[in-house]
Amino acid sequence: MRAEARRIGLLAPAMLTIGVLLVVPLGLMAIISTLARGPSGGIIWGQHSLDAYVQFLFERDLMDRLALNTDYLRIFARSIGLAATTTALTLLIGFPTALWMAFQPPSRRTLLVFIVTVPFWTNLLVRNYAWILLLRDGGVIDWTLLKLGLTSRPIGIMYTPLATAIGLVYSFLPYMILPIYVSLEKIDRRLIEAAYDLGADRRRALFRVILPLAMPGLVGGAILVFVPGLGAFITPELLGGAKSMMVGSLIQQQFGQARNWPFGAALAFVLLALVLLALMAHALRYRRGAKPA
Amino acid sequence: MRRIILALAASALPSLALAPPAAAQSKELHLFNWSNYMPPDLLKRFEAETGIKVTLDTYDTNESMLAKLQAGGGGYDVVVPTGPTVQQMIRDGLLLKVDAAHMPNFKNVRKPFDNPDFDPGRAYTVPYMWGTTGIAYDSAKVPGGKIEDSWKELFEPRKEFYGNIAMLKDMGEVFTAAAYYLGFDQCTSKPEEGQKILELLEKQKPAVKVYNAEGSADRMGNGEVAMHLMWNGAFHRAHKKLKTAVYIYPREGVNLWGDNLAVPKGAKNVENAKLFLNWMMDPKNAAEASNFTAYNNAIAGSDAYLDPSLREDPAVNTPDDMVSRFRPLRDCGKAALDLRQKVWTRLLR
Repeated sequence: MRAEARRIGLLAPAMLTIGVLLVVPLGLMAIISTLARGPSGGIIWGQHSLDAYVQFLFERDLMDRLALNTDYLRIFARSIGLAATTTALTLLIGFPTALWMAFQPPSRRTLLVFIVTVPFWTNLLVRNYAWILLLRDGGVIDWTLLKLGLTSRPIGIMYTPLATAIGLVYSFLPYMILPIYVSLEKIDRRLIEAAYDLGADRRRALFRVILPLAMPGLVGGAILVFVPGLGAFITPELLGGAKSMMVGSLIQQQFGQARNWPFGAALAFVLLALVLLALMAHALRYRRGAKPA
Repeated sequence: MRRIILALAASALPSLALAPPAAAQSKELHLFNWSNYMPPDLLKRFEAETGIKVTLDTYDTNESMLAKLQAGGGGYDVVVPTGPTVQQMIRDGLLLKVDAAHMPNFKNVRKPFDNPDFDPGRAYTVPYMWGTTGIAYDSAKVPGGKIEDSWKELFEPRKEFYGNIAMLKDMGEVFTAAAYYLGFDQCTSKPEEGQKILELLEKQKPAVKVYNAEGSADRMGNGEVAMHLMWNGAFHRAHKKLKTAVYIYPREGVNLWGDNLAVPKGAKNVENAKLFLNWMMDPKNAAEASNFTAYNNAIAGSDAYLDPSLREDPAVNTPDDMVSRFRPLRDCGKAALDLRQKVWTRLLR
């Protein structure tokens, strides 16, 4: 009995943290998404309605019939596409960088990890504004190219998808490099030597030995970039010109100017469900793959 | 000076005599204001003159301020809602009646700000800054430097501006400007009018370079765009950098918005708040606030203390013949907001 009490006592802090920080806010969000909206924003307690979820896929036409509305789906698809692109690009840049870092002498590795974290010292918004100064017509890059005589017209990168991609890859790159680096650093170097001894060339050693061993880091990095990338809207708005909406700004709008809290909560919940499903599917596949044959 | 203010306050607030002695009331004022919307020096002077210590918190949208008040948070004594939000707050019983019209400095309030639709007779609020949303353009980009004073120039732009236009990323501002151009009411909830507005905005979209409500002064001032749907105070700052920038009040109507000082229900230092409201209607104080924000105030006699650059800028100091184009913002109902939201989402989907 005392052991039982001890066990509960030891578990309590963790359970309390999960409860207070995860279950309660998510539960509240779920409840808000099923309530009726108040006349000036907010919600009406006790009045339930599933309008918010209907609104995600359908709209009422002039005859008050429900018609399929793909506006919100398109916005979701855009955000998912953008997050996937960012993940792919950061993977392409992050893996070689981490590989190079992991094969430096130990003393230099610490310094390199330190350097990778430097951008975190300033706020995301500030870093985005810095990119505006760099990328805009008449900005640092444009001015330099012009003075060097390499271009004769403004480069016109600002407010294009390219500017968004630059900004997002820059912001998320450390989240990709660090987990990959950690898994690469742990690799037993003798395994690579063994691969060479057994006649593998550099490419084969990389793809057959290093890459599979670094997989947990790659997956971790991809999740760390993809999931926050779904909610990114500051960068697309500031650098991309905001000509197309992102899920993040759509949700924010519902709690702000549109005064439609239930719909905002429903949108956030749909996004959460999508992410959870994707992660669970991945976890199931990964577990099956890891089973001994 | 301090004695004068206190004397004013005493005459302004006959109820003060009935209230507990001044010593019982704490010497504090909790102000909840837009960020960068009141000069710190002005607040310091208020503290020096009255001995009341001001604590400032800031917000960046009416909605976030409302959300905080509705959640019962903050403990603020003065908030600064925009007109339609005032209307909503009065309806929802979130504001305390302060009878601003009977404050001694109220005589300084200019028409039509003394009797707005959103707060008839100024029972709850005192006017702070006001401004308009018009079109800014770079006159160096067009032959002759002049364009028509119509929303047509923004929504159906000539080739010189095509692809070089910035819009405010503000559902309300974009929607209402288009509504004025097409001759609709700002609070329209008719689907067929919404459809026409959407078609106009979709046709304009390829000509737009960026939708963004922040940093518009820099964007225009640096010449990143040649035309901007713009708030007049931002225009004033842009004009300092780009002398060829011109601000127009389109003849179909321009949004007139005004921010107001109000006392929320549950305020702990109500008398200090009223003192502050009255103090801000003093011409010199109002002018100092204008010099900081680059927006005009509603106080007669403040012109004398205004920076000459503000006084001489027709975008800030609106010429009399343009006043008839003002369309004060109203609190549109749920149906109108839903229509706006639909149009906006469809436009940017």
